[in-house]
Amino acid sequence: MSAQQAQMGMNRTGVMTSPHETKKLLEAEDALNPLFEGEPADFVDIKVQSITDADRLGSVPPPASLKGVVKTGAKMLTGSKPQVFLDKLSKRAAYERGGTRLYDALIVKFQSNGPGSSGATLEELTKIRADEVAHYHLVVEAIESLGGDPTAQTPSADIVGVETMGLMQVLNDPRTTFSDCLNAMLIAELTDVDAWNLLANLAEDVGEDELASQFREALLAENHHLQHVRSWYQASVVNQAT
Amino acid sequence: MMKVLEDRGTPLDRQRFTWRELSPKPISKLDDDAFTRVRIILMNGVEHEALRFQHAVARFNPDLRLPLARIRQVEHQQETVVNWLIGPDHSPLETTIGYEQTAIEVTAAMALREPDPYVAQTLRFGLLEDFDHLYRYSALLDRLEGKDANNITQSYTDIVPGRPTHVHHRYADDNLRRPVVTKASHPLTKLHALTITAGEQQTHNYYMNIGPLFADPLARQLYAEIASVEEEHVTQYESLLDPTQSFLEQWLMHEAMEVYNYWSCAQQESNPRIKGIWERFLDYEQGHLFAVAELFKETTKRDPFEIIPETLPEPLPYESQREFVREVLVKEVDMRSRGTEYVGPDEESEATLAYRENLHSEGVASDAVAAGYHFQPGTELSRKPPQLAA
Repeated sequence: MSAQQAQMGMNRTGVMTSPHETKKLLEAEDALNPLFEGEPADFVDIKVQSITDADRLGSVPPPASLKGVVKTGAKMLTGSKPQVFLDKLSKRAAYERGGTRLYDALIVKFQSNGPGSSGATLEELTKIRADEVAHYHLVVEAIESLGGDPTAQTPSADIVGVETMGLMQVLNDPRTTFSDCLNAMLIAELTDVDAWNLLANLAEDVGEDELASQFREALLAENHHLQHVRSWYQASVVNQAT
Repeated sequence: MMKVLEDRGTPLDRQRFTWRELSPKPISKLDDDAFTRVRIILMNGVEHEALRFQHAVARFNPDLRLPLARIRQVEHQQETVVNWLIGPDHSPLETTIGYEQTAIEVTAAMALREPDPYVAQTLRFGLLEDFDHLYRYSALLDRLEGKDANNITQSYTDIVPGRPTHVHHRYADDNLRRPVVTKASHPLTKLHALTITAGEQQTHNYYMNIGPLFADPLARQLYAEIASVEEEHVTQYESLLDPTQSFLEQWLMHEAMEVYNYWSCAQQESNPRIKGIWERFLDYEQGHLFAVAELFKETTKRDPFEIIPETLPEPLPYESQREFVREVLVKEVDMRSRGTEYVGPDEESEATLAYRENLHSEGVASDAVAAGYHFQPGTELSRKPPQLAA
């Protein structure tokens, strides 16, 4: 089983590990690279040009059902943009589905390494995992009620995958500790709370009061997740360091 | 000293793996020596070359298909073990820094000992280009990910401009070399030419695979640009090899090259677990060499030692070649290539100049990425702004 806290050892990445070689490295900087060619601002030119020329990631699909066509058409006639709401709902669905998998990985790490000094329990982790699945289903039903296709990957849903790539890697690396994984989950839960709040507000704005109420309930649960993860992570670090 | 074919190695039918062995624990990016990663990157390239070469031979030679398939199956598994040693906490760009460090230190070590002057010159020519790539990618790592390339290179390798990447782009006619590496060449020359071809080929493969993973447009263009240089390098080094040698002659030398490289790695490895892998694969390669030597004797009624050396030269040294690289940099940074020869900066072909002018006409990523870049331990952000320094 891997150690639960950082260990002293033969880390070779810093310059102080090899003063002799580093002295030569820095000599080279002075002797062989005396000229600063170009301006650092040149670095952004290609980026700016590409941003100007870029296509978008993709689109939100049109409504899949007759009910959706009617509902979306009516909203479009009144000037609102239902695709924005659908896109953010799809993002939440992707996030909750991915979040469930992050908790799956966290539970495996917990079962392998134990809670350390975090105070986390399997029961609580399993409960949060079940909440994530329930929230996923809640969003799927919301998308369906609006005539959308919950299996479609919209642009915002696509971005979720890129955003959380690092979290997935940390959670699933056998070399990371339970505490490292809690830190990654804290990042996930912090943004999740804000996202549910935004979604509830959006639902109210587009007149979907029933959905808004359900999303506020989900927000309450996510706040509990955040409190748990934050306190577990803090306990795991504080008790390691002292 | 190591006598070739004296040890028959592990017989082919005992070269076996489990899935777990094929996905070994990775090295530590933080604690293992940079040369452990250098050896892993090179040996992954050596195994990949074994696969690609053997597949090419199979396309042209029905009689060799079965023996090739049997050995190639194991070469593939060896490559898997070696490549899976790179840990997932290396970003693709950090691994890229490792690839360029490998190219620099391995090419320099070969160039320093290479007995054939034309091959040595070719190695030094390629060396200064990979040396510049390290500088460009280090600038990208710093400015895109906020990371210090020296965390990977561990102070062994200088991070300064070499021959500027924007002049590496040559018309195809100026990338071929004379096929001077023949049966009669010195053993080191034959081993060097095959090893460097393998290394450059894998570097090209790697950049072609990871370039599209980047969101950043400058990174995407830089990988496109440097991948095209690595393709030139593969053309350059493989054209040193005598194309009139038979498939079997070339296969024999490939296996000898693999034996030589695992033997070199095993002798210098600082991580005991990885040393065990090099030793195991040295035994496996001796088994391959023995099998191919038997096939060669049976098929051609000739002595394999017409092709491969009876004893291996001294191992390829894995150590910082900083002083040699600096010497080459000072003397040969302005060297260019025309046809198969090396020329001064004003003697490039019209075809190369036209080819390059067109490529550069909408901007050059390798210039933009390193504009005003000066390597600093801890990244260029560790230089205090004037108001903080005061």
